[in-house]
This record gives sequence, structure tokens and C-alpha cells, in this order.
Amino acid sequence: MTSETISRTTNTPKTEAELAEIVAGHFAGCQPLRTMGGGTRVQADHIAGDTLTTRAMSGVVTYEPGEMTLIARAGTPLWEIEAMLVSEGQALAFEPPDLRGVLGSDGTPTIGGMVAANASGPRGIMAGACRDHLLGVRFVDGQGRVLKNGGRVMKNVTGLDLSKLLCGSFGTLGILTEVAMKTLPHAQARGTLAIRGVDDAEALRTFTTALATPFEISGAAFHDGTAWLRIEGLPPQLAYRQKRLQELFGAYEITFLDAEATVTLWRDLRDVAHFAGTDTPLWRVPVKPSDAPALTASLRALGGQTSLDWGGGLIWYCGPGEASAVRDIAPHAMLVRRGGVEGSAFPRQSAAVERLSQELRRKFDPAGILNPGLMGG
Amino acid sequence: MAMPQPDERILERAPQIVTALRGVLPEDAVIDDPQETLAYECDALTAYRCAPLAVVLPRTTAEVAEAMRVCGVMGVPVVPRGAGTSLAGGALPTADCVVIGTARLNQVLEIDTDNRFIRVQTGVTNLSVSEVLEPHGFFYAPDPSSQLACTIAGNIAMNSGGAHCLKYGVTTNNLMGATVVLTTGEIVELGGAELASSGLDLLGLLCGSEGQLGIVTEAFLRILPRPEGARPMLIGFDSPEVAGECVARIIRSGVLPVAIEYMDEPCLRAVEDFAQAGYPKCAAVLIVEVEGSPDEIADQIARIRAIADELEPVEFRESRNADDALAIWKGRKSAFGAMGRLGDYICLDGTVPVGQLPHTLRRIGELSKQHGLEVANVFHAGDGNMHPLILFNANEPGQLERAEAFGADILRLCVEVGGCLTGEHGVGVEKRDLMDVQYDAPDLAMQMEVKDVFDPTWILNPAKVFPLQASAAHRLKAVQ
Ligand SMILES: Cc1cc2nc3c(=O)[nH]c(=O)nc-3n(C[C@H](O)[C@H](O)[C@H](O)COP(=O)(O)OP(=O)(O)OC[C@H]3O[C@@H](n4cnc5c(N)ncnc54)[C@H](O)[C@@H]3O)c2cc1C
Ligand SMILES: Cc1cc2nc3c(=O)[nH]c(=O)nc-3n(C[C@H](O)[C@H](O)[C@H](O)COP(=O)(O)OP(=O)(O)OC[C@H]3O[C@@H](n4cnc5c(N)ncnc54)[C@H](O)[C@@H]3O)c2cc1C
Repeated sequence: MTSETISRTTNTPKTEAELAEIVAGHFAGCQPLRTMGGGTRVQADHIAGDTLTTRAMSGVVTYEPGEMTLIARAGTPLWEIEAMLVSEGQALAFEPPDLRGVLGSDGTPTIGGMVAANASGPRGIMAGACRDHLLGVRFVDGQGRVLKNGGRVMKNVTGLDLSKLLCGSFGTLGILTEVAMKTLPHAQARGTLAIRGVDDAEALRTFTTALATPFEISGAAFHDGTAWLRIEGLPPQLAYRQKRLQELFGAYEITFLDAEATVTLWRDLRDVAHFAGTDTPLWRVPVKPSDAPALTASLRALGGQTSLDWGGGLIWYCGPGEASAVRDIAPHAMLVRRGGVEGSAFPRQSAAVERLSQELRRKFDPAGILNPGLMGG
Repeated sequence: MAMPQPDERILERAPQIVTALRGVLPEDAVIDDPQETLAYECDALTAYRCAPLAVVLPRTTAEVAEAMRVCGVMGVPVVPRGAGTSLAGGALPTADCVVIGTARLNQVLEIDTDNRFIRVQTGVTNLSVSEVLEPHGFFYAPDPSSQLACTIAGNIAMNSGGAHCLKYGVTTNNLMGATVVLTTGEIVELGGAELASSGLDLLGLLCGSEGQLGIVTEAFLRILPRPEGARPMLIGFDSPEVAGECVARIIRSGVLPVAIEYMDEPCLRAVEDFAQAGYPKCAAVLIVEVEGSPDEIADQIARIRAIADELEPVEFRESRNADDALAIWKGRKSAFGAMGRLGDYICLDGTVPVGQLPHTLRRIGELSKQHGLEVANVFHAGDGNMHPLILFNANEPGQLERAEAFGADILRLCVEVGGCLTGEHGVGVEKRDLMDVQYDAPDLAMQMEVKDVFDPTWILNPAKVFPLQASAAHRLKAVQ
């Protein structure tokens, strides 16, 4: 039986209460639920059960630019959030990627899906990931209980930080209904140094040098012989940092990309556009940066191509390598685009971490109805 | 503040417990001499004291694991301890507990500037981490005011922040990995030298968990290149509202200072008497610090000056050199000492949304009259983390209780305006029984179920963080 022939009910609750009722019903009947936001993630067909989407739970609850805080319902489209922030000169500093191109999916990415995936892009090297900007959540657990954690303030150490757990849990602990995020002022000026004609090892050396300067490099990526360094800030900061970095890398062939080119380039790097439009499996591998050149060489030996982000701390591998071979080289590899590869998309954890994770999952979802089979559960 | 009665059955077995610990640890690692255990009777919340049954000071993760295993098997509560600078009573022992301290876990294990991390045993002090990094041109960003004494272990357990966290975040944003000893004695590695890990964010859960989930023995910390320079400016206003407005406008303008500190009039008075910092006489002073090259700094100061000028400050003083900078920070740095001279005080730690600062300050003033106790405010304004200091006289019966009641009212106010009970000092025993102001019963129940996963019999720092009544059933499991 192919996935298309499984008949599923799609639940599209409009309120938190309605959502809680649906989950409580499925909990009582031990019926699995396949949770989603905008459904831009493909390859979820193997997850059993009815679909539950937060798509209809949309809208910004509060946005206070002077406090740098935003609270939105989980189903709010990300583009809507981003447009609103831009109008106030702010942004989500961690640059959540839009992987529709890479995944060949349609639909609209939601802010809940972003948090559930801890979706974070190139600026993570300076600003941290989604989880670093998440202030609080409301969610419905696997029994249909409406719970909250954190709040809407920058600093909060009141009790255990369950928000962090929910962030990156891919809908396996609970269904987010509302998220509170920290926003940041959008840099007023930006530019990119492009260092051409280098290989992985040289790219890494330029990254290491640049990232040891106080110039707040906000992106350091490499693909196809070019290493890019993004700088941002107030206009005088940009001019000064550009000058100092050009001096530092005087021996290389450098071009400077202006603001407009910078925006386009880093959007493409963020969305891994260079590996879009094919079916070849795509892997995302966090590494210790100094290991990156050797790892990329080993991965390319399996066939395919690699690129680097996060100053060498993240390898993208697009190639036909077998899952076991990829994971032998890179144990932390996560499969983002299946391209026919079987097995779990998530890397294996140590036995102790796996046990703790599964026990946590049982506390949040005692009947095992939330995205069963995903994340090893 | 109520603490559960010590368990008689544990007290009776004290000699066997100490013998068992001595059996697995080096001779000098176990302390049970009542003269010596007295040094561990409290943390910086000194109103509450109780010497522990014994103190263990291991030198390695393996020794922590051995000690933990013994306590686990024998059902003895364990209170982890760093330097004991917690202000919430998080490291407060009970008579039937063993304190496991990180004081001797003080090795720097690895400095890796190419991969921008430092790996340490968690008993190192916060300041010493930045000191060993200095010759490399790097620093560790979280800088609690207690940094001279407090340990990375305590920082992780409390998710501590400091004056510079507006720009650099708090501990959780700078922690890449940790080695944790579970109550079974099992050693678990979370995260590491990579910038991201997949799977559930157990490291994020651990950070700020106040010694509820495991004992942290080693850590990977993210390090940053040192800025070229930094300069503060001082801005005085004759109204707290306008000072609050200035904070919001700076943040909206796109300039991101590394610190925005706020001192109110009672605090300014005390500081002037104590330190003669030469601050203006006014209702509120902001200290704003920016970083960068000399030109970058000049540009940022000019932008902030333009914002402040629109609000007609009483004074705008920018530092031109290191001496000016020192003079501007002098009063702020001595604020706690200055207040200490006026009498006893309790230091609160609520956070409010920045926009609610003026309203909150006004209400605190009203509550001060109502309770008949003076209060002074000095805090990190950029992120709304307030530290009202309530002055009282500990020698006068009933005054501590009055100060605590006033403090509880202020913390309720913080939650009421959309904030939280604690921004950096933690819940400990101090705010334990206020937790239900911020969280409903099911929210707390879920948190306690999470503790169950890591510590099924609740032997790690029980009677902290969660309201005693709410946690009673969980704690009972330890006894059975
Ligand atoms: C295997 C895989 C790995 C990925 N890894 C990353 C990554 O590491 N970093 C990254 O930036 N992007 C990653 N992505 C892309 C990421 O899924 C999307 O950027 C984002 O989640 C899209 O939002 P959406 O609303 O379309 O989510 P969907 O595609 O609908 O769902 C994404 C995930 O989040 C869950 N989810 C959605 N809404 C909620 C909610 N309200 N509450 C709880 N759970 C919810 C879903 O169950 C699903 O697991 C990955 C995609 C796949 C397929
Ligand atoms: C004058 C002064 C100024 C302060 N300023 C700040 C400030 O600016 N910002 C701020 O955030 N805090 C501040 N604090 C509070 C305090 O210094 C911090 O919370 C600090 O992180 C505590 O570290 P410590 O080593 O003293 O920990 P301790 O006080 O010994 O312990 C604190 C908590 O951590 C737990 N713990 C200790 N070691 C471990 C371990 N190895 N594993 C698991 N749990 C453990 C303890 O059980 C306890 O719950 C200040 C305190 C003082 C006295």
C-alpha cells in the first residue's frame, strides 16, 4: 500500500480549546496523530494516524518593538511575521530557512513549525539558533492538557525550561499553540566579502581567522570555490569592518558584495538553494569546524557535493552515499531530504540520552500518539 | 520558610553513610567534622542555615559519580554546591543531606580558539575562565556580578546572566555541552564541540535547572573574540518614566548597547554617600555601554546622545578615557555594598516587560509606603530584570517577615504585568512557594514529571524550586 492510499482525517482546529479536545479524544482512544503546521515538510507519510494541522490557528497576539518581543499563534505564516517585523526595522535574528525549494514541497511555513524544528540559518554563528530566541510557549501535551512554560520576558529562570525541550522536538512532545519570541533590530547596513578560488581547507582558515576578530561576522559560508563572510551593523561599523577584513585577507582575490547582493546571496545560502531542484539525498551535519575539511573530503568520496556554513561548523552534503556510510563518517548527520534513503532522519544518540529522551516523551505523551515513529520514538 | 523535617532514619545512619563515602573516595574528599561542615550551612541567602550531614569534595567526574551512587543507593538527599553565592537558597543544605561541592573540580581542560570553545571542570570560577582566555584575545560572555567567586557549575545550574547579557545572552546561550552525573551515578555527555545537536534539547533543560536533574562536572563554553574597546555613558533623568522611555527608544533605534543599567533615586543617594561617584542628583540614572573601535564607539554614543537629548536629560556624561569609564561604573559597582551600609536588605530578582518598567516602579513605591519599608532599585534595564533592594532591620523582631511579605508582593506584581518571578537568581527555597503565582498546577506538575525522569526518587536538591505541598507526593518516593 502506498502512502497515497491511506485515508486520513485532517483536523484543522481554530482554537486551542478545540485542539486540546481533539488530542484528548485521540489520547482516550490511543489513536495516533500526525502533527503539522504548514506541511512544508514532506516525507512524513510514514507517520501513522490522522493529520492535525495548526494552520487555522493564526495571528499575532502581541508585538512590542520597544521590548523586542513577539507572541504569535502557532499557525501564523512566517512570511506574515517577517513582513510585520521588517516594518518596524526588526527581524528574527536566527534567519529561519525556507526549505520548500530543497524539499520540493508547497504549503506555507508557520512559526510553530519553525519552533518545532528549531529552524535556524547562517546567522546562528553569531546570534544563536531559534531556541536562543524563544521566550515561552503554550502547548497541548499528548493527553490534551493545555500547558505553558516560560513567558514573554528576556530573562526568566523560573522553574524548568520546558520551552527549550519543545523547541526542536518536531511535534513529539506536544503541539505548540502559541510561541513568544525575542526580536532584534535589523542591521542597518550589510555587505559580503567574497573570497574566490579557495578549497575547503583554505575556506576554513579564512573563517577561523575572521571569526577570531571582533568584527562580528554574521555569516561564514563556502560553496564551489568561494568563501563568503557577511558583515552587518550601523553604516560606520560596516565601512570599518570591511576595510579591516580586506587588509587581513589581502593575499586573496576578494570582491565586495553590496547590501542587495548580500540579501539575495544569504537567502540562497540559508535555503540551501544550491542543492534545490533535485532528488538526491541531502544531509545536514553539525561538526567541530576544524574537522570540516577532512569530513567533506570523505563525504565527497561517496559521490556528490558539499558546502559549508557556520564558519565550517555545518556541512551540507548532497549525494547518493548510503545512510550507514554517511553516518560512519559523520555520526551527527541529519537527513533533510530522503531521496530514497530508508531509516531514521535523525542521528543516533548515546544510549543514556536516548533513554532519557524516550522517558521524557512518555511523560509528555503517555499514549505515544504524537508523531509516532518520528525521532526514533 | 518551611523546610521538611530531616529524615530520622537517615540521621541514624549517618556514620554508615560517611563510611560508605570514604570507601569509594580519597581520604580528604569527605568532610563530616561538624566544625568544618558548618562552612556549608548556607549560601548567600544567609537568613536560612543548616549544616549538612557531610560534605564531599571530589576532584574528578568519576569521584562525583561514586559519591552520587552511594547516596543514591542509601537514599540520602544530595545538595550540589558551587561557590555558595546563590541568593535564593538553592545550595541550602538540610541536616540529612550530603553536599557535593565542585570546589576542587577546578581544571581548565582545553582552550580551543580555532573552534571557539573552552572546556572546563565546572568548579572553576566565572572570572578565571575569562582570565585564562585573555592572552588569547577571547572572553566568556556571561558575567554575573558575583563572577569573582561564583563557579561555572552554579552559573549553569542558575542560567546566570550579567550586565552584558543584553548583547551576549545568558549562560544557556553560551553553553555548548556538559558532562552530567545522574542520580544513579551514570555519566552522561550532552552536546559538545559542535554548534548544534539534534534530538531533544536536554542541555537547554539542564541549564537553569537549579541542581534538580543531575550534577554538572564539565562544560564546553562558547568563547568570543574580545571587542576592540568599550565605553560607558551616564544619562540622568528627573523622571523614572522618561528614563524608561529612553531605554525603549535606544533599543528601537538599532543601536545594540552591551549594557543598560538603571539606578533610582534612593539607590543614587546611598551610592553617593558611600562611594562619592559624583552622580547627578536626579530621579534616575542610566549607564549605557557600547563597544567597538574608537570611531564605532563615537558614532554609537552620538546616536544615543541624540535619542537622549530629545528627552531632555538632566545630564549626559560620556567617558572619553579609561578613568572616566571607571568613574561612571564606580557607583553602579558599589551599589550593593552601599545599600549594605544602610542596614540589612533582601535583594529581589523579578523581570518585567521593559514597557512596564515605569508602572512597576510606581507600584513598588506605593507598596513601599504600604509595608513601611524602604526600597531602592538598581537593575539591568535593557531586559527588564529588576533588583529591588528592600531595607529592614534584622534585629527588630518581625521585620524580616515584613520584608519578605513586601518582596512577595513585588514578585506578584512582576508576574501580574507579564513578567516572571526570577530573571537570574533562581527559585531555590526563596521563591518556591510563589511558583503557583506564575504557573498553574498542571504546568508545575509537568515540570515535576520531568524531574521524575532524571531523579525518580527525588534525592537531588529536594524541597527546592517546587512548592512543598505540590511536590510532597514526588518527594515521598524517596522515603519509600
Ligand atoms: C527531516 C527534516 C529535518 C529538518 N531539519 C531542519 C533543521 O534542522 N533546521 C531547519 O531549519 N529546518 C529543518 N527542516 C525544515 C523544517 O521542517 C521547516 O523549516 C519548518 O518546520 C517548516 O514549518 P511548517 O509549518 O511547514 O512545518 P511542518 O512541515 O508542518 O512541520 C515540521 C515539523 O514540526 C512539527 N510541527 C509543526 N507545527 C507544529 C506545532 N504547532 N506544534 C508542534 N509541532 C509542530 C511537525 O510535526 C513536524 O515534525 C527539516 C525538515 C525535515 C523534513
Ligand atoms: C553579590 C552577588 C551578586 C550576584 N550577581 C549576580 C548576577 O549579576 N547575575 C546572576 O545571574 N546571579 C548573580 N548572583 C547570584 C549567584 O552568584 C549566581 O546564581 C551564581 O551562578 C551561583 O554560582 P555558585 O557557584 O555560587 O553556585 P551555588 O550558590 O553554590 O549554587 C547555586 C545553585 O546551583 C546548584 N549547583 C551548584 N553546583 C552544581 C552542580 N555542579 N551541578 C548541578 N547543580 C549545581 C546548587 O544546588 C544551587 O541550587 C549574585 C550573587 C551575589 C552574592
